[in-house]
Amino acid sequence: MSAPLSPGSAPAALSSLSAIRLVAGRELTTRLHSKAFRVMTLVVLLMIVAMVVIFKLLAGSGPSTVTVGVLQGDAQQLAQVEATGTAVGQHLSAETVPNEAAGQKRVADGELAALLVPSASGALHVVVESKLDAGLQGALTVLARNMALDHQIRMLGGDPATVNAAVSNAGLDLQVLSPPHHYDVAQIVLGSVAGILIYLSLMTGGQLVAQGVVEEKSSRVVELLLATIRPWELMSGKVLGIGLLGLIQVAAYGIVGVGLASALGVLTLSISAAASTVVWLVVWYLIGFVMYAFAFAAAGALVSRQEDAAGVIMPVLIFVIAGYVLGISILPGDPSNSLVSVLSVIPLFAPTLMPMRLAMGGVPAWEAALALVLALAMIPALAALAGRIYRNAVIHIGARVSLRKALAR
Amino acid sequence: MAETSLQIDHLSKRYGSVVALDDMTFDVRAGEVFGFVGSNGAGKTTTMRIILGVLSADAGEVRWAGQRIDLASRRHIGYMPEERGLYPKMKVGEQLIYLARLHGMAAGAARSAAEQWAERLGVHGRWGDELQKLSLGNQQRVQLAAALVHSPEILVLDEPFSGLDPVAVDVMSQVLAERAAAGVPVIFSSHQLDLVQRLCHRVGIVKAGRMVALGGVDELRAGAEGRLVVTAPQGPPGWAAAIPGVTVTAQQNTTVTLQLAPGTDDQAVLAAALATGPVAEFSWRRPDLTELFRHVVTEEVAA
Repeated sequence: MSAPLSPGSAPAALSSLSAIRLVAGRELTTRLHSKAFRVMTLVVLLMIVAMVVIFKLLAGSGPSTVTVGVLQGDAQQLAQVEATGTAVGQHLSAETVPNEAAGQKRVADGELAALLVPSASGALHVVVESKLDAGLQGALTVLARNMALDHQIRMLGGDPATVNAAVSNAGLDLQVLSPPHHYDVAQIVLGSVAGILIYLSLMTGGQLVAQGVVEEKSSRVVELLLATIRPWELMSGKVLGIGLLGLIQVAAYGIVGVGLASALGVLTLSISAAASTVVWLVVWYLIGFVMYAFAFAAAGALVSRQEDAAGVIMPVLIFVIAGYVLGISILPGDPSNSLVSVLSVIPLFAPTLMPMRLAMGGVPAWEAALALVLALAMIPALAALAGRIYRNAVIHIGARVSLRKALAR
Repeated sequence: MAETSLQIDHLSKRYGSVVALDDMTFDVRAGEVFGFVGSNGAGKTTTMRIILGVLSADAGEVRWAGQRIDLASRRHIGYMPEERGLYPKMKVGEQLIYLARLHGMAAGAARSAAEQWAERLGVHGRWGDELQKLSLGNQQRVQLAAALVHSPEILVLDEPFSGLDPVAVDVMSQVLAERAAAGVPVIFSSHQLDLVQRLCHRVGIVKAGRMVALGGVDELRAGAEGRLVVTAPQGPPGWAAAIPGVTVTAQQNTTVTLQLAPGTDDQAVLAAALATGPVAEFSWRRPDLTELFRHVVTEEVAA
């Protein structure tokens, strides 16, 4: 009946590092194996993919190439059409048709957007199927005026090419003393998406930490754990494990989102700008997570039931939500807003606001650096405070522990 | 005092104005099963939590083999908290391995120890199930396995028998006796005094944070006042109470249990009993642990 254990199995010393690694490992593996986590991650990934595809479809109806037909033999007009298109920002291409009848048929079939037929008066005769596209109308109007102008110049004995060259060389030589940052629409979209991602990740990560702490209290397992490892080891392991989990998620979201968008040409950004957005997103996720996670862990330690958790984590959650809401409602319309700029340097708001601003561009290097330094400096202080609250509160099972009691000693 | 004994030395603990422990002192020797007995709130759980370092004492200390106990030596304790608890959503096997590793065991040794104890305690069939899917009784067995999985040098079990079915009680009793035989000091608290009496080499009775009685079960029983049990079938009601120096502590049908004041002659009681008619029983009885416990506890209240 007896089951003697081999003498070699006597426990060895356990360093703090191995204790933290064990705790973090458990947090990571149990959650990676949980169905809820997998489904959640997959849903967000699908949403990101859907969003990128929708952007692509919307963008597809924008500046696409319009083909117009010109009569065979009108080589000069052929070149002029494409040059005018380039000048007004409309992608125009011209195809030659053998005669007017054949051209009209192709317009009726929808193969050509319009057929250009020169008339004796110098005006441009345009044949369309049902209506003239607004963009095309603008381009063709310019074309018609240029043709009229060329005609007049020739009548006056001049060379249209010389005149056109002189005209196109004349322009403003602008000297700007304090240039405003030019915000690219793509970057503003990217910044908003970065904001949403970091907000979601901080929210879910923080809540996972608080829930995990409360779970250990409500299941009473914490007493068994604290008989073997120190409270701060348990807390740090938990924060590390869930943080790594979130990091995997954020990196997956960022890489899939930015990667797909670049591949489909939705993002007209350089690779380096896209990569730097992902890197900043990850850096600020890490800083924000560590900062908030310790606070969430301390808050969770105050209560013993999952039902009471929402109440105690609210004060921490407020900072995450406030930063995100301010950022997402102000920045897309006003990326250089001064209130948001100031808040984005303050450690409590920086993790949500700074990555949005960084993705949108135009953040002075000193502001980015200051925000980083302040946040990093705040982490040890916050961790120490959270550690004290956690240590004092986590073993008190039952009624909610008051903050004052948790801070004592 | 034995080299390898767990010494609880003058522990005191207050919660605000409430005194939880007041100069609690005792020791548990290697190879000994020590029963920790007392009313609810007497300080048993507080003492065990201080031994495990989950709570800190205001004064006093706990020593193991002469050394003040610290985190490293605490890893050699097998602990079963009063508030049972493991991760409800974690699988039985993973859970045991995890706890073994937290106690410092290497991965391979942790696995084989976890499997051994799961087998021994009859929960190996549920190795891959989430803990919450097990019956309460089986959860208790896993809890015990969790206390034993790292082959502890000391066992501290808070109410290990509560919630166990009779078969599990037998397994638990066996394991405790066997661990003690292997030289492990075992301390456990219980309200099931018959079990304590049967299993323990020594017993400590706690009252209001103090150790009020400490010793071997027989030693304690021998030291306590005996009771005189008399059965006089034809005795009229109140015949015994009329004898000077006699107090009736219990009466069941025609059998009375009597407490004699010091100096009272039991032969005078026998004579009085015989005067009522035949006497079917006349004997001195040593109190069992339950009576002893009741006696000690109520006596302290009166004092």
